[in-house]
Amino acid sequence: MCVTCGCEATAHLPDRNHDHGGHDHGGHHHDPDHEHAQVADGSQPGSRGFGVLRPSATRTVSVEQDLLAKNDRYAATNRQRFDAAGVLALNLVSSPGSGKTTLLVETLRALTGVRHACVVEGDQQTSLDADRIAATGAPVVQLNTGKGCHLDAHQVGHALDSLPMERGGVLFIENVGNLVCPAAFDLGEAHKVVVLSVTEGDDKPLKYPDMFRAADLCLITKSDLLPYVPFDVARACANALRVNPSLECLTLSVVSREGFAAWLAWLEREASTVRLRCPALAAGAGAVA
Amino acid sequence: MHEMSLMESVREIVEQTARGQGARHVVTVRLEIGALATVDPDALRFCFDVVMHESVAAGARLEIESIPGSGWCWDCSKPVTIAEGGMPCPRCGGFRLEVTAGTQMRVKDIDLGPEEEISTCA
Repeated sequence: MCVTCGCEATAHLPDRNHDHGGHDHGGHHHDPDHEHAQVADGSQPGSRGFGVLRPSATRTVSVEQDLLAKNDRYAATNRQRFDAAGVLALNLVSSPGSGKTTLLVETLRALTGVRHACVVEGDQQTSLDADRIAATGAPVVQLNTGKGCHLDAHQVGHALDSLPMERGGVLFIENVGNLVCPAAFDLGEAHKVVVLSVTEGDDKPLKYPDMFRAADLCLITKSDLLPYVPFDVARACANALRVNPSLECLTLSVVSREGFAAWLAWLEREASTVRLRCPALAAGAGAVA
Repeated sequence: MHEMSLMESVREIVEQTARGQGARHVVTVRLEIGALATVDPDALRFCFDVVMHESVAAGARLEIESIPGSGWCWDCSKPVTIAEGGMPCPRCGGFRLEVTAGTQMRVKDIDLGPEEEISTCA
């Protein structure tokens, strides 16, 4: 194609009934050595006429889209499902080894006969954690992320399809053990609960601020080990509050049971607020299990 | 590693936009990443070429515009600049800060390449 007028490079098709707006094709050829005369009005040949495709420059297109927009749409759908079902959904996040699964097992045992609970387990591989949860009798779905480092709202949405959620119940989503990546991904939960064990450093909130900023509750676990480790609970809480002044902190141990009742009380308080978000429950149409 | 997921979102958004515009190749992708966002710009740069490979944006240039963090200091009752998460109020040294801006991660715009490969006749 000719860069000057856009006509085909070697032959000008005679049957094309078009106007070249001032530049004459009478003696026009496409041999290498030739000049295109400037037209009378000073414009370049071919700048008017039949609207040929010019060698356009790059053009900028405004996008203004959030990188997480798609995840957030799925999260919004999950949140609607939780609210419609009258379920408190919690996203448990931490480093690997903080004791999330042990805490969950003990919590599920404590809730048996008191409040319905079910679990979405996220791990890179295996169903070991789901097996431990299933042993408590709670419904559980295991999600394996493979090479993925976090759960996303789309995966959780599919897990919900096979979980029996009951009005007034609690859904625990145990995220992949990772104190970085899951901070960015909303799953539709009411709260992120960050779990920090005393065998980790009390400076972790400063080293991994994103997760502590994203959370509403910080559980400091394994407090029965405090006599043996240099972990300062007050300093850990102060550090957590530096990155998130509205974060609540609870210290507990599932072994000594220190603080465990406070955790259950927190769950009760939050589960009761679901009534306010769920129109059917707020109107008194549903009974809390 | 979630940078890979985020970059895959970038690819999806870029491909969708380019398709909507009838464009066949993208020459520049511009992102806005807040200083308080949950991603590191260098990690995004590292993933870009790998994720865009064989897409409409293969070989494109990545430009990342950093958006400064800002917030409200409850002790000063004033808006303040927050350089990074966990840093104190630059006025009073306190930590009662509420982040109000600088957490965004978004595709701002893209440059689309010329629509036609045009050979010159000169």
